[in-house]
Amino acid sequence: MNKTANEVDVSICSALDNLDLIQILTDSLTDFMRFDEDSAHWIGMSVRESVTNAIQHGNKLDVNKKVDIRFQVQQDRISIFIKDQGAGFCVDEIPSPLDSENLLKPSGRGIFYIRTFMDEVEFRNLARGGMEVYMMKKISN
Amino acid sequence: MKIETRTVGDIKILDCSGRITLGEGTMVVRNAVRELLKANEKKIILNLAEVNYIDSSGIGELVSTYTTVTSNDGQLKLLGLTRKIQELLAITKLLTVFQVFEDEQAALDSF
Repeated sequence: MNKTANEVDVSICSALDNLDLIQILTDSLTDFMRFDEDSAHWIGMSVRESVTNAIQHGNKLDVNKKVDIRFQVQQDRISIFIKDQGAGFCVDEIPSPLDSENLLKPSGRGIFYIRTFMDEVEFRNLARGGMEVYMMKKISN
Repeated sequence: MKIETRTVGDIKILDCSGRITLGEGTMVVRNAVRELLKANEKKIILNLAEVNYIDSSGIGELVSTYTTVTSNDGQLKLLGLTRKIQELLAITKLLTVFQVFEDEQAALDSF
């Protein structure tokens, strides 16, 4: 594989039916890159969680709004950028699912899982509106 | 996502298979447990051994099911967690909430 990054860009409308499409694409890329089975699973789950958030909370299930996903494939890592067209949010204001008062809440664990399983995660409010989530995972030797 | 229900004495075992993800998968679990509670069945085991994928919504559904069952004076136990489900529950401290069993007989005996 080249040392420069190859990129795969996908743009989907904000329908939850599209989650399986993104999952299949993510799994194909991590398989191609020869991630171990566990890492591939957690990358797939992290992308799925983030795209779910973008569709549901960012774009509020508005099918006229897009979620753009860029997979950047390098020799030793995969980087994923997920952009929505929503109002954005402040990641520091998201309550921790580990706090005792949140332990039995039915939601609020997705971002925690992404941060746990990926090597780098950043949340960026875009100047032109919307939110971008960046996540990266290195191939372990 | 499929669920088959078995009865052992006064205990219901829900054998789940497939994916518990946002949407259909989570609804199947919710509806199955709701039906049991409606029929006054209050001792429930969720067998997750054949669940090959779960997302945060699926984990949330397990939590929601647990609180629904316990608030109806019932008991919910988890059986046959895959390594990945176990990890997802462990890192969110949920293994301290659920009673989890590897062996079906041990789960049955725990009621």
